[in-house]
Amino acid sequence: MSAMSKPATVPAERPKTVYYFGTCLVDLFYPNAGMAGMELLRREGLRVVFPQGQTCCGQPARNCGFFEEAREVARAQFDAFPEPWPIVVPSGSCAGMMRVHYPQLFADQPDRDKAEAFAARVFELSWFLVHVLDLKLTDKGEPVTVTWHASCHSMREMGVTDEPKRLLRSLSNVTLVENPRERECCGFGGTFSVRQPEVSAAMVSDKIDALRSTGATEMITGDCGCLMNISGAMEKAGTPMTGRHLAEFLLERG
Amino acid sequence: MSVEAETNSPSHAASHTSSHASSHGGFAERAHVALNDKPLRANFRRAMDGLMVKRAAQFPDAADLQALRSLGAAIKERALARLPNLLEQLEARCAENGIKVHWAETTEEANRIVLGIFQDHGVKTVVKGKSMVSEEMHLNAFLGKHGIEAIESDLGEYIIQLAGEMPSHIVMPCIHKNKGQIGALFAKHIEGQGYTEDVDELTAAARKVLRDRFAQADAGISGVNFAVAETGTLVLVENEGNGRLSTTLPPLHVAVMGIEKLVETLDDIPPLLALLPRSATGQPITTYVNMITSPRRDGEKDGPREVHLVLLDNGRTRVYADLELRETLRCIRCGACMNHCPVYARVGGHTYDAVYPGPIGKILTPQIAGLDVAGDLPHASSLCNACVEVCPVKIPIADILVRLRREAVRPSPSKAGSGAVKGGGGGWTLSEASAWMGWKWLHANPTLYRLGTRVLALAGNLIPASLPPLKAWTTVRAKPKFAAKTLHQLARERGYDDV
Repeated sequence: MSAMSKPATVPAERPKTVYYFGTCLVDLFYPNAGMAGMELLRREGLRVVFPQGQTCCGQPARNCGFFEEAREVARAQFDAFPEPWPIVVPSGSCAGMMRVHYPQLFADQPDRDKAEAFAARVFELSWFLVHVLDLKLTDKGEPVTVTWHASCHSMREMGVTDEPKRLLRSLSNVTLVENPRERECCGFGGTFSVRQPEVSAAMVSDKIDALRSTGATEMITGDCGCLMNISGAMEKAGTPMTGRHLAEFLLERG
Repeated sequence: MSVEAETNSPSHAASHTSSHASSHGGFAERAHVALNDKPLRANFRRAMDGLMVKRAAQFPDAADLQALRSLGAAIKERALARLPNLLEQLEARCAENGIKVHWAETTEEANRIVLGIFQDHGVKTVVKGKSMVSEEMHLNAFLGKHGIEAIESDLGEYIIQLAGEMPSHIVMPCIHKNKGQIGALFAKHIEGQGYTEDVDELTAAARKVLRDRFAQADAGISGVNFAVAETGTLVLVENEGNGRLSTTLPPLHVAVMGIEKLVETLDDIPPLLALLPRSATGQPITTYVNMITSPRRDGEKDGPREVHLVLLDNGRTRVYADLELRETLRCIRCGACMNHCPVYARVGGHTYDAVYPGPIGKILTPQIAGLDVAGDLPHASSLCNACVEVCPVKIPIADILVRLRREAVRPSPSKAGSGAVKGGGGGWTLSEASAWMGWKWLHANPTLYRLGTRVLALAGNLIPASLPPLKAWTTVRAKPKFAAKTLHQLARERGYDDV
């Protein structure tokens, strides 16, 4: 059983076509962030395929111990993404579920090979933009100071380290201020936020304090679970700071 | 460990707020108490921040660290793979060296064995080195009931023994207390000791009490960090010299150890010693590394006349039987997982209401005590993987947490027929199972999913915030807003291919 990160490898040839897995959270709450990721890929000359049959990676059920249900939903994704193209995901957490946990979840299943082949094709968006597409950006925006919120699963499951920050730093009018508690969880954790609401609340309150201490006006992140948690808490607390998905920010500026 | 290293700055010294979380209710109720205890939260936050910095400073090279962790994991895995044989080998070597080995399946048995040894020798007072297995046994209380006084000689353990509390951390048991709280405790319990927050004075006061105890003790008790099967050596690391005094000064030494603490050869020890103190306290090595191989030999001038080793199972064999859960037993008890845990740093060790708190406790306690007793612990995690990242022996803690969540709702069969984990299956409820059934039905059928998400896009924002999951969510967060169109709709509108 492997637990730690499984960073992707750069394909030998630059792909012409990629799949896009939008995630259920983006689908319902942040479709513009999802669309921005697709536009960025299309702008780089890729054919982006968005299978209408996609739904959810299955992580919520898996994390609650309902493995059969998670597997059934994962199988629906196998069917929706039949071609051998890379699958780009604008979320480190959903990507981590598919890349790291699908092989575990199907280890004793007849369709284990299918799960492993699917997992090997999964890429986190920022990692794909940097390592596969070598994305170059020209900043068209006004000067702004931002800070980066790293998601736990992008760091610790997808092996995404400084890729998003490299992209942000490549924008000439963007000042990136490091968050002193960048590596600490924001307290979302899916059902954790409602099963342990008070601990989760304490974590997100501390996260906001750390983000505010940077003096940035905007927080950029690559995971909409964290985004919903942190910006929701900032809004409720009346914090004069907003949050946005990396893809949306990059598309607007570069 | 010195008071300086183990306690907190005087800024909160004035507050003597009780740090004892209630042992009633579940994790959430105990967390509520802890989260509202400002000095407690400050104590933990400051201490854990410091420990993380100190550990990071000990591992400046990421590649070296990963290589060392892989080695540590391999050593423990190799030992576990041969555990039954190695235990027999250890027993044989110990016997050759003059150490008497005892086997205990339960903590009750272990307590009886220790008591029996002490009664045979007419023991009245005992000094103890720090041992988490003895905490598992609740040995002090048991001996006390039988008229034997056991004094903790590790400073942190001594402090919480005076306070009548449980350890709140496996390496730094009184990390939840600051100098002021300790000063007040000493003034109350140590004869002739006035209130002070001076670290040197506090340390000297404890030292004075303990020195007499060492001299008077009829026996010493210790734990074991590693036992070497090849040589029958018991390895014990510590910083205060109390471990060495407890195991050399009294005429009788009883060591207690969990059966998983075994390694194969003496060569396995250096890599583990390179991992343990650096991961635990950010020290390159502990002040004392004791290697005990026999009682006093003829012609030697010190050392105990008799050494006993009590090997405790207490549910470990059941953990061992499942290959995935077995990885729990690699643990070398460094505490790095709790030092880096965002949940532990906020609620402290007592909130777990268990001998082993923090991430390792969240996977160990439900397996030992049973999921029916400690079923909420595996859910007290955001699965952030911070513990997994630092564990020196690469225990997949997050995966095991999820596995235990599964065992609570759908127990997997075991050879013995009683399920892989004690008390499994009790977490199943019709309402939750139905919810996931409905979730699956919706998400495994793309047509239904698209229909359902479109309905939510149109009317989802009408869902009242008073609905249970939203109610918890909106205590500190705004209600999430459904977008007017789903990404599925936008993708189609903007001409993105479907196949």
